[in-house]
Amino acid sequence: MALLETKNLGISFGGLRAVNAVDISVEKGQLYGLIGPNGAGKTTIFNLLTGVYQPDEGAILLDGVNLTGKKTIEICKAGIARTFQNIRLFHDMPVLDNVKVGLHNHYSYSTFEGILRLPRYHKVEKEMNAKAMELLEVFGLEKYADYKAENLPYGQQRKLEIARAMATNPKLLLLDEPAAGMNPNETGELMETIRFVRDRFEMTILLIEHDMKLVAGICEKLTVLNFGEVLAQGETQEVLNDPHVITAYLGE
Amino acid sequence: MVSVGSERTGESVCDGKRRQICGNRKNVYERQRMSEAGQRKGMEMEMKVNKSKLSKTTKNDMITYGMVILTYIVVQLLVSTGHVSSLIQGLLVPFCTYVIVAVALNLTVGILGELSLGHAGFMCVGAFASAVFSLAFKEALPGGLRFFLALLIGAASAALVGFLVGIPVLRLRGDYLAIVTLAFGEIIKNIINALYLGVDSSGVHFSMKDALSLHMEEDGLMLIKGAQGVTGTPNDSNFTVGVILILVTLFIVLNFIHSRTGRAVMSIRDNRIAAESVGINVTKYKLIAFTVSASLAGVAGVLYAHNLSTLNALPKNFGYNMSIMILVFVVLGGIGNIRGSIVAAVLLTLLPEVLRGLSDYRMLIYSIVLIVMMIFNWSPNAVFFRKRLQQKLLPGRKAEKEAV
Repeated sequence: MALLETKNLGISFGGLRAVNAVDISVEKGQLYGLIGPNGAGKTTIFNLLTGVYQPDEGAILLDGVNLTGKKTIEICKAGIARTFQNIRLFHDMPVLDNVKVGLHNHYSYSTFEGILRLPRYHKVEKEMNAKAMELLEVFGLEKYADYKAENLPYGQQRKLEIARAMATNPKLLLLDEPAAGMNPNETGELMETIRFVRDRFEMTILLIEHDMKLVAGICEKLTVLNFGEVLAQGETQEVLNDPHVITAYLGE
Repeated sequence: MVSVGSERTGESVCDGKRRQICGNRKNVYERQRMSEAGQRKGMEMEMKVNKSKLSKTTKNDMITYGMVILTYIVVQLLVSTGHVSSLIQGLLVPFCTYVIVAVALNLTVGILGELSLGHAGFMCVGAFASAVFSLAFKEALPGGLRFFLALLIGAASAALVGFLVGIPVLRLRGDYLAIVTLAFGEIIKNIINALYLGVDSSGVHFSMKDALSLHMEEDGLMLIKGAQGVTGTPNDSNFTVGVILILVTLFIVLNFIHSRTGRAVMSIRDNRIAAESVGINVTKYKLIAFTVSASLAGVAGVLYAHNLSTLNALPKNFGYNMSIMILVFVVLGGIGNIRGSIVAAVLLTLLPEVLRGLSDYRMLIYSIVLIVMMIFNWSPNAVFFRKRLQQKLLPGRKAEKEAV
């Protein structure tokens, strides 16, 4: 059974059919790409998957559990984490705390214990620090732990966003244009990071990307969207050589 | 660092004959490099400053506590040696009140990131609830215990009102939230102004009309007399109590900020959508922060009420003028900067009194000082100038302030 399945997913904004009858099926451990021209509905699908929008019709299944109509928080708890097209970090907080917010639901002590600094506060905070540092080390960000997030270089901010998403311990990771605004070297490094995350955490990753080098380099399967509908779907090389895809998106 | 590698590649590709061809691309790199270099510079500076953030925050908190305690000792010494005029002595408790409420509001404005103009209202609730309690149990309980219970009642009632107000209000954002809290603050004040409350042998009487409709027995005790407020509240506040309450408030707020809850609240402030995406319950944490903030404003109200023999809900002390005044403390001291709020609250309360001799020009000078301080503290050029000056004077302690 696939880890993520969308069945006949659709949503309209007023008269605009933003997403129509989209079926995507992502297997566990897969690196899956979602590509298409601007305005094709890629980010809208991410927003549907994470409960930012509610679909007009269709269903979303994660590991067989129906997530249709669930709120963002519940979907996060069910195991979908995401990054954003325009980076959304907690910019005024230290890098370490950004990850610790991601860990929020996995470690617990009450507000009261926190204010009085009871023993549990110290114990849990210590565990959280250790776990957060571990994640930062995975992404090579440990030396920036005390920096304000907004002071990180662009590429590291992207990585931090992934680290924060991974802190929620997801089953499925959604990356929205992770390579946007990166130079070729940074993109190369990002590809390594994405592969590494998949291998190390046995993560299933669904990503939106315009950088064809990255898509061709790491994605195993692709769905191409155009005007909210699936234009092509299948193995990466097949899809990229599909004449429809070339006319609609890639160009000759 | 990654960026270093990428720059070099950029350079080598664009070398020699190909330079012109990749002119455009080179420009892009150039720009990127420049911005990255700038960023790196800033980061290197910060790296030196924040070597160990964890101990740094604790150290910073200690400095804040220390500052309050030191001020207390100095003031006590000055008072005992007779260097403080009776006018200023009378202001010591109000100082503490304003400091507490400024710190409380900073929790809403700086940490939660929402503008509240209703904190005078929460102060008002705390003041009246505790004053009524203290008046009713004036004879029955010893002073210390009575004041302690009054504190709890004041804080709890303000928290309750804060919670109830917060439920509808926190659905709004920014300017809208500010205006609705302003309205709630006024409503609270006006309700209390119309409230009549009395107690006699047959129980508690309550009316929103007038004193007569309470139908009290002869020997009954009037607790709230409408616009005339509460009279005869025991005078339990003093400077020492005020300073202790400041320390308690600081303890609560600073520990709150550095706890799991505080992080969740700040994450909502920094990016609500991202906070939701990592599973933070936005409504819950907004309400927690707002309620804690309101209850601390209530504590300030308790202190205020027990410093006066007659407590009235006037526009002057609990109206929106007061709310805006508190907001000025917070903004001037630095949004999110707890220590700054304390300093600003004391300075701005002291200033009109110091300027009293100038009679007619007093408020004019006060306003000018306010403008100048605001520019000096917050104009980007002034901030830059201050940093430069600091580096020159104290080369070892670069930008220490930033870490607050």
